[in-house]
Amino acid sequence: MAELAISADGVRKTYRGAQTPALDGFDLQVPRGTVCGLLGPNGAGKTTAVRILATLMRLDAGRALVAGHDVTTRAAQVRQRIGLVGQYTAVDEILSGRQNLVLFGRLNHLGKARAATRADALLERFGLAEAGGKPVAKYSGGMRRRLDLATSLIVSPEVLFVDEPTTGLDPQGRQEVWSALRELVAGGTTILLTTQYLEEADQLAGRIAMLWHGRVVSEGTPDELKAAIGDDWIDLAFADAEQACRALPAVALHADGEPRFEQHRISVPVRQRTRALIAISTALAAEGIEPVEVNLRRPTLDEVFLDLHRKQGDKQEVAA
Amino acid sequence: MTAVLGETWVLARRELTHWRQQPAGVIVNWLFTVMIALMFGGLFGGAIGADYFDYLMPGMFALAMFFGVEATMTAVSTDAAKGVTDRFRSLPINSASVVLGRCLADLMNSAVGLAVLVGAAAALGWRWHEGPGRALTAFGLLLLLRFALLWVGIFLGLVVKGPESVTMVQILVWPVGFLSGVFVDPATMPSWLGTIAQWNPLSATAAASRELFGNPGLVPDHALLLAVLWPLLLTAVFLPLSVHRHRRLGS
Repeated sequence: MAELAISADGVRKTYRGAQTPALDGFDLQVPRGTVCGLLGPNGAGKTTAVRILATLMRLDAGRALVAGHDVTTRAAQVRQRIGLVGQYTAVDEILSGRQNLVLFGRLNHLGKARAATRADALLERFGLAEAGGKPVAKYSGGMRRRLDLATSLIVSPEVLFVDEPTTGLDPQGRQEVWSALRELVAGGTTILLTTQYLEEADQLAGRIAMLWHGRVVSEGTPDELKAAIGDDWIDLAFADAEQACRALPAVALHADGEPRFEQHRISVPVRQRTRALIAISTALAAEGIEPVEVNLRRPTLDEVFLDLHRKQGDKQEVAA
Repeated sequence: MTAVLGETWVLARRELTHWRQQPAGVIVNWLFTVMIALMFGGLFGGAIGADYFDYLMPGMFALAMFFGVEATMTAVSTDAAKGVTDRFRSLPINSASVVLGRCLADLMNSAVGLAVLVGAAAALGWRWHEGPGRALTAFGLLLLLRFALLWVGIFLGLVVKGPESVTMVQILVWPVGFLSGVFVDPATMPSWLGTIAQWNPLSATAAASRELFGNPGLVPDHALLLAVLWPLLLTAVFLPLSVHRHRRLGS
């Protein structure tokens, strides 16, 4: 068996005063040297999982090992082996990029000279050499994120946690951060990356675990997952509810699943996108109904998770 | 232990670098109390009495220490809100170092602020009359008060949600500052207010400083003792509370 860099087993966590648990039997295995994308919508428990694995928060029940050490009983050992890039850029905005790197180098117990050379090397590597002397307050979003990444790589960590690295960045900032992360991936660092974007997980991670309501509901390679995600959707909007009602039978006939019907809108899952689009359009034309809007799209993450949840529920019912 | 000292120094140095990066903010902060002293000493002194400036200055020193609460609280809540505190907590360093680094930096800041204020006061004619030994004791008591208020600042910084709430404290420091023996003798206040002012920890330090500097003003009994006990009591309450809050960051 490949050695595991992260292993979580039935981890539970309920916040003080919360009705539902943030993590509800969270299981995850990440082999050394791989990149795992933890994908889930807002509130699924991604940040809680990262905070527990990075020893920032105690778990209520279950067990978690990071780099071979228990996060609860051997937190100090874990801290020596991890890097954390939190959801918000955690650097000192008054200091310059270089001063930040030297500060965190010193706090990682590097000597003065060593911290300085390391800071320069990292600035170079993340394309910040020119801006290194400027206060971070003057950096763009993408530059801050890259500095944040550089800061967590001062002493090459065995495991790097990256929590939603591109949330709130513009497309260019996103590209900058992705290419920085890709380099790390190529370097063989074990990374646990959380994200709300399937595309991001697809770009960077070798395996994706889907988190929903504090639990990993599905796990696999991006391709396996995309296959499991299922069908595209066609959204149709009509002038009024009555027209939509009239259109429903024709639309349902060519759908590959149960249509969703809401006032003047109909959404249907379809397997063969163009063929279904043509069939539905033709059928509607024959009925003399003209939709005001026709949209072909990939499922949203929420739909994917709802779908997964339903399938899981079915399985459990079958098992019971 | 040496690791803790090293880490503490690295973290305190971070604050010193802040001074260098943003000198204007720090200097304005130091000059702020000088301005208050000038305002009250210069504008009210004529109406209150000729030796008011000498009476006022020890009170101003105590008030300057009190203003430090705000600085500590702002720094602590900013670090927490920006995730810097979390990053510190994910590092292989002793968590005591983070707090001690803050203590050291803020004490240094307040010591410089106090020196600036004392320098300005001396330039305007304020003197101590009981010798350097007693004057040094007075400065020691003032810094002891600042040390105690550090823990109040750290606790408040961890309790509030983000640096925005600091404004509330910035407003509240004024009534607390006025309701004390800093500006006038509590005996001249309406009796119930005077009693509250008398029990204000700032009053104890201000009165003890007046006695040690030989500045005018009626010094209540046990002023020196109270100036030691109050800060110790504040520390005894707020140090454990701060530690508890810091621990709870992880729950």
